[in-house]
Amino acid sequence: MDFETTKAQRAAASTKIVIAGGFGVGKSTLVGAVSEIDPLRTEALVTNESEGVDDLAAVPTKATTTVAMDFGRLTLAEDLVLYLFGTPGQRRFWFMWDDLCRGAIGAIVLVDVARLDESFSPLDYFESKGIPFIVAVNEFDGVPRYPAEEIAAALALPAEVPIISLDARDREQAKGALVKITEYALMRLREQLTVNAN
Amino acid sequence: MTPPHEPEDEVYRPRLIRSYTITAGRTATKVELAMEATLRLQPGVEAPVLSYPAAQVLEVCDRRSVAEVSALTKMPIGVTRVLLGDLIEQGLVRIQATITDNTSTDERLELIERTLRGLRNY
Repeated sequence: MDFETTKAQRAAASTKIVIAGGFGVGKSTLVGAVSEIDPLRTEALVTNESEGVDDLAAVPTKATTTVAMDFGRLTLAEDLVLYLFGTPGQRRFWFMWDDLCRGAIGAIVLVDVARLDESFSPLDYFESKGIPFIVAVNEFDGVPRYPAEEIAAALALPAEVPIISLDARDREQAKGALVKITEYALMRLREQLTVNAN
Repeated sequence: MTPPHEPEDEVYRPRLIRSYTITAGRTATKVELAMEATLRLQPGVEAPVLSYPAAQVLEVCDRRSVAEVSALTKMPIGVTRVLLGDLIEQGLVRIQATITDNTSTDERLELIERTLRGLRNY
């Protein structure tokens, strides 16, 4: 009995997936499409003179800004909750990304084909940190559709990175993207185990 | 059609109370508190007299994550972490496990598999 309690307490009770991408690409829309609660917003304080670290040390003489992060929640089992965190878009808020990404299963980089260049920085970030990510092309109505290979080439994506297209407003498609990144993270982890075993 | 509205990342607004007042100048906690980490009230522990912000945090935190507590109390994430850290040290609240840098590969694997099963049935 005691053993069971201990084991249950050790198993992770919550986890997260990060939703990244340029401003206005539909991150909040995707979170809202699958979240069981209306997406919530948390804020961190930023002092303009020292970006980052002193989240709280906002002395009155310094101007402070807040950076907002929207998130949603999915209860997957009685003992497991998944949180989805949208990343702040602007580059100067990137210090928050480390906090958001620590311990994440992986990331979905949402892409708008009309503004591919906005995806480069998020892609670089996840690649450099070794965080598993997939690319999801958000296809708003009336947006021309390009073959996945063309988009992958334009983004200079490594061959193994999955690329899908979706309508971020659609619950099933948004859920499909979450399944995809989780499958990919699982595959990556198993590959690492095989490499380590050899 | 235009892309759906997405709120601005950045908001300017005056704060009535400075954060460092609430936290008595502290900016860090001894406990690691991930954004997604969930809290549980410890049963049978009588709460001492708490500051109003700490009492607010205690009231909403059961079965919720650090990020949710921050959102519901409308306190910045850093302030929320300091107050939660205090409640944990006082034994009033317990933090449930998440993936950290110390998580073993087996535990990580198990969590991702559970997540996948949950998502497929969601």
